[in-house]
Amino acid sequence: MDLTPLFLSLKIASMATVIVFVTGVFFARIITRRRFPGKRILESLLMLPLVLPPTVVGFGLLYIFGNNGPIGKWLLQWFDVQIVFTWTGAVIAAIVVAFPLMYQSAAASFQKYDRNIEHAALTMGASKWRVFWSISFPLAWPGLLAGLVLTFARALGEFGATLMIAGYIPNQTETIPLSIYFAVESGNRDVALFWVISILMIGFGAILWLNWWSERNILRLTSNQ
Amino acid sequence: MLLVNIQKKLQSLLLDVHFKADGEIVVLFGPSGAGKTTILNCIAGLIHPDSGQIKLNKRNLYNGKQKPMPIAKRHIGYLFQDYALFPHMTVEKNIRYGMKDEQLLHHLAELMGIKHLFGSYPHQISGGEKQRVALVRTLVTKPKALLLDEPFSSLDIHTKLACQDELIRLHESWNIPIVLVTHDIEEAEKLGDLILRIDNGQLFCPQ
Repeated sequence: MDLTPLFLSLKIASMATVIVFVTGVFFARIITRRRFPGKRILESLLMLPLVLPPTVVGFGLLYIFGNNGPIGKWLLQWFDVQIVFTWTGAVIAAIVVAFPLMYQSAAASFQKYDRNIEHAALTMGASKWRVFWSISFPLAWPGLLAGLVLTFARALGEFGATLMIAGYIPNQTETIPLSIYFAVESGNRDVALFWVISILMIGFGAILWLNWWSERNILRLTSNQ
Repeated sequence: MLLVNIQKKLQSLLLDVHFKADGEIVVLFGPSGAGKTTILNCIAGLIHPDSGQIKLNKRNLYNGKQKPMPIAKRHIGYLFQDYALFPHMTVEKNIRYGMKDEQLLHHLAELMGIKHLFGSYPHQISGGEKQRVALVRTLVTKPKALLLDEPFSSLDIHTKLACQDELIRLHESWNIPIVLVTHDIEEAEKLGDLILRIDNGQLFCPQ
């Protein structure tokens, strides 16, 4: 059995998760803590991929990153980098589709605890940066971790947008969900079943671990009673 | 000296207050929703007034024309109504967070009888203990003024009286302006050098 789809899926999902985690936390923090014009519109745009069919996201990405698209053309001309039909395209698809899950979890986590806890730290002379790392981040961590696991699971399972922007190129853009689809298409049921069971186990394991961890730690980290 | 002269439009009222405190305990007394906590929040810098001026020892904390001084640079200790202890840190880590003087920490911890709590987390200690921990945490930052938002409201009567006496003793040795918010008239009369009654955002001086 060729395990390339497993390693490729893990590579793509891991890279997408890291990027989504950093940007999701950043935007959640800005939007929950600051007021600025157009805030509701920005928030709606960030959440949009959650309600759109993945094929629509894929179409949009193809338009933007295609070799004649506004960003795709520029990347090709200046850096000789092509996004469509590469694993980088799959990473971008996973980022866009999984982003709302991380953003939503992070925004909820930053609103969950009493804001006076941060204010107290500020009145004690702490910088905003120190308050974020020593107070906000640890208090939001249970929710951020849940977002992280959901993001990884979503990125790992991404199919529609990935197929549109990265296509199915064996050994290059062949992720587990694509392998399952094309194995079924070509009547290769055993291969499809193998990948179905693999992805079931990864997803189930991730959620089981998250629930176990949350039960152990959430009370200690968030209880103010 | 703390000088407060601020105006701020709130949802249902216009807050318009003016008072001055040298080394005294100023008590802001009035019903809930009268704007008392908003005044403390303005002094601490958590929110800003629409106009006016806030000065502490010749330093402008807020002056309508200039950029307000950031919270962290104001040197104002604030004891929140719910204490706002950091739930994920032990009592000791809470107190050391903004500490400026190690000796003062040991002195105050001894005085307030909280040394034995150092290894506990906030959710493991009682309301009275939380209140004392929060007060010590605020005092070890050596604030130049102290804001107390209904600090004794959730305490039983014995703890409340003991904490009030402790505050009077501390004030005698520290001699910094203290602004205390309460809706308990007995507490106001016991602690206040100056009692200001707030009603509908307006200030009345009954003394």
